[in-house]
Amino acid sequence: MTQSPLQIPRFPAVLAYPLRAMPLVPLSLSLTAYSRKIAKSHPGLFRRLGEYGHTKFVLDPTDLPFVICLHPNGGVPRVIVTRGPGEGTARIAGPLAALLGLVHGAFDGDALFFSRDLVVEGDTAAALALRNAVDDAELDLSREVSDLTGPMAPPVQRMFVFLERHTGVSLTRPEEAGAW
Amino acid sequence: MELTVGPNQFFWSADRWTSFHDDLASAPVDRVVLGELVCSKRLPFYQDRIPDAIGTLIEAGKEVALTSLALVTLKRERKLTSELAEMGVEVEINDLTALAHLPEGIRFSVGPLVNVYNEGTIAWLASRGAARICLPPELPLASVETLTAAATNLGVAIEVWGHGRLPLAISGRCYHARLHGRTKDNCQFACEDDPDGLDIQTLDGQPFLAMNGVQTLSDTYACAAYQIGALEKSGVAALRLSPQSNGFGELSRLYRQLLDGECDADHVADAIGRIDGNIRLSDGFLTGARGVDWSGKPAQP
Amino acid sequence: MVMEIVCPAGTPAALRAAVKAGAHTIYCGFADETNARNFPGLNFDRAEMREGVAFAHSHGTKVLIAINTFPRAGDEAIWHRAVSDAESCGADAVILADIGLLDYAARNHPGLRRHLSVQAAAANADVINFYADAFGVKRVVLPRVLSVPEIAAINAETEVETEVFVFGGLCVMAEGRCSLSSYATGLSPNMNGVCSPASHVEYHDDDGVLDARLGGYTIHRVEAKDSAPYPTLCKGCFSTGDKTGHLFEDAVSLNAEQLIPQLQKAGVIALKIEGRQRSRSYVAQVVRNFRAAVDALEAGKPMPEGMLARLSEGQAMTTGAYKKTWR
Repeated sequence: MTQSPLQIPRFPAVLAYPLRAMPLVPLSLSLTAYSRKIAKSHPGLFRRLGEYGHTKFVLDPTDLPFVICLHPNGGVPRVIVTRGPGEGTARIAGPLAALLGLVHGAFDGDALFFSRDLVVEGDTAAALALRNAVDDAELDLSREVSDLTGPMAPPVQRMFVFLERHTGVSLTRPEEAGAW
Repeated sequence: MELTVGPNQFFWSADRWTSFHDDLASAPVDRVVLGELVCSKRLPFYQDRIPDAIGTLIEAGKEVALTSLALVTLKRERKLTSELAEMGVEVEINDLTALAHLPEGIRFSVGPLVNVYNEGTIAWLASRGAARICLPPELPLASVETLTAAATNLGVAIEVWGHGRLPLAISGRCYHARLHGRTKDNCQFACEDDPDGLDIQTLDGQPFLAMNGVQTLSDTYACAAYQIGALEKSGVAALRLSPQSNGFGELSRLYRQLLDGECDADHVADAIGRIDGNIRLSDGFLTGARGVDWSGKPAQP
Repeated sequence: MVMEIVCPAGTPAALRAAVKAGAHTIYCGFADETNARNFPGLNFDRAEMREGVAFAHSHGTKVLIAINTFPRAGDEAIWHRAVSDAESCGADAVILADIGLLDYAARNHPGLRRHLSVQAAAANADVINFYADAFGVKRVVLPRVLSVPEIAAINAETEVETEVFVFGGLCVMAEGRCSLSSYATGLSPNMNGVCSPASHVEYHDDDGVLDARLGGYTIHRVEAKDSAPYPTLCKGCFSTGDKTGHLFEDAVSLNAEQLIPQLQKAGVIALKIEGRQRSRSYVAQVVRNFRAAVDALEAGKPMPEGMLARLSEGQAMTTGAYKKTWR
């Protein structure tokens, strides 16, 4: 049986390089605010985590010079971006595009894992719970961001769509095709 | 508590099979289940020895039952299964297919490969004529207690897996044949070289499983010696010993002494080690966190 | 009649995706130990199930609820409640494996259609007819140990509908008859609804060599860049004597797409896709593919070429026991 390897775009190194100097505290704060907004609009996501609602996760976009530590904190999430290995009991590592594609339901987590585009370390069950909860939440991260911009939402959303088309990175939730 | 000898799970030569069952006539066991459990292709090699073995054992005062296959798929296997009751001894069903062929209301027993996990299943089997059930080895002591109480109320005797490599899985595929690059239909009886199964290790060399044709067994030999007290207290009627090629007569005497209070579990465990220094014991399904665990002591109530 | 595509849903989102992708029927389970995919973050609470069934029904899709673990002694009430809740949620059928539970459902919920789960491993016409007589079972999900001619022979001897797996994870052992997982981890498909559970999985990445362990046993070791199968016990790499390899089964998954016409000729009514633990993206892709296949078959057109390799374990496919040489 032939294989059709999945092409996952990598974040360009030339763009990643300046991020090495970027101050991370403001990013942590805005991601925390952002994740709390998602928690509010998708309460089911944190409910679905069940016994892992207080597990600390490390999300490691391997093409970026930092990791994202996510503490669901029982539905009042905290996000800390750090340049170290990060602290957590479960680590999910992969290119940013793979992580975003997973969130948006553009990719299947198991398939990414089988192809080793995604690597899970530590508490595998917790990572699985997070994957399943996120998959059920049908998140659209761009829409969540653009909604934050109020009246600017439609143009911001169009910008994401433009970026998505030109980078191949899944930034929005794809339309479900082929209704019968 | 009684001792039952389960059906031999492995492929032995007809002569080894016969002498094993001849020896059982003088062993301190109450009941013997014989016949082919694992693979119908083995049966022609010793099928004609079965009636004599039954006769010898009955003459020696043993109760005798005939097992069904564990997985019935082929036409030939269905026919074999439908003819079981004609042998004139009790049938131990190890696949529900056998029950489909038993005349309704006839007394039968249920082997460890039928999924009996709860009271509802026991009640239904009892209503169909089950007189004795050997529980699946996977069950923990707490379930054994609950199920024994339920069964006793219905007049059904409960048996528990007491000794021997654990039957963990049955398949349509023959792993022995696969190992030798053959298909099941052309297996050339690759399993007959391994009278106690073929040891399987992990990549780190850790002993793990044993291969037996279409069956997969544990590497460890289950040994309920330390749990006899708990089993007796629950009202378990019999302990099942599964045949092994080495020292089975002594093994049955050891367990008989243990049940009669003539020795303790430490003595049994040590003596098993002397019969074969290469075997590892487990009783984790009854008391441990997982099947492979070995307590080396009685369960804490 | 067009063959029925029976599709997994591990979450409400996956259910909606499957319905929209053209599944005729969805199967799913409650978020507890009553179903054989009791994985973290998966399955439906009662309210989600009620909404899911309503959504599916409004699109003309059926919902089957799997209650296919074996009730624990002393706790049968949990499973009994699941059957009763399945009926009140509007399920079109329940998928059961345990004799005691089948008997309970037949006596207490006679109007609720009963399917026999693959976990019952009913592998011949005699036992299938026996389940029909004893418990009124209307459909059987056949165990993955049978060849296509054997399936045809079964259908010639039974009125019970047959459903077979065509895609996804593949049990090498007879389903419902396997305690490999509880031997190594204490948790089993029959009792806990999990096999080789993630809670007992550890990965170790050592200079690009990835070890996958289950309950402390090394199940796989792969080099950097090789695909990394989940450490399912029966698909592990072991050694015996001087031989090392996948002694039970390679890290493959089932794809019987090209056998669909033969399965239809063999009298099979429904085609089942494995994977309640997979994402909604997977579910939608697989369903779309199989729906196109059965529609093509119905229209007398050739089977479309498969596009599903990448979604499968280890990226290799097998037709499993459907071809006799597998054994």
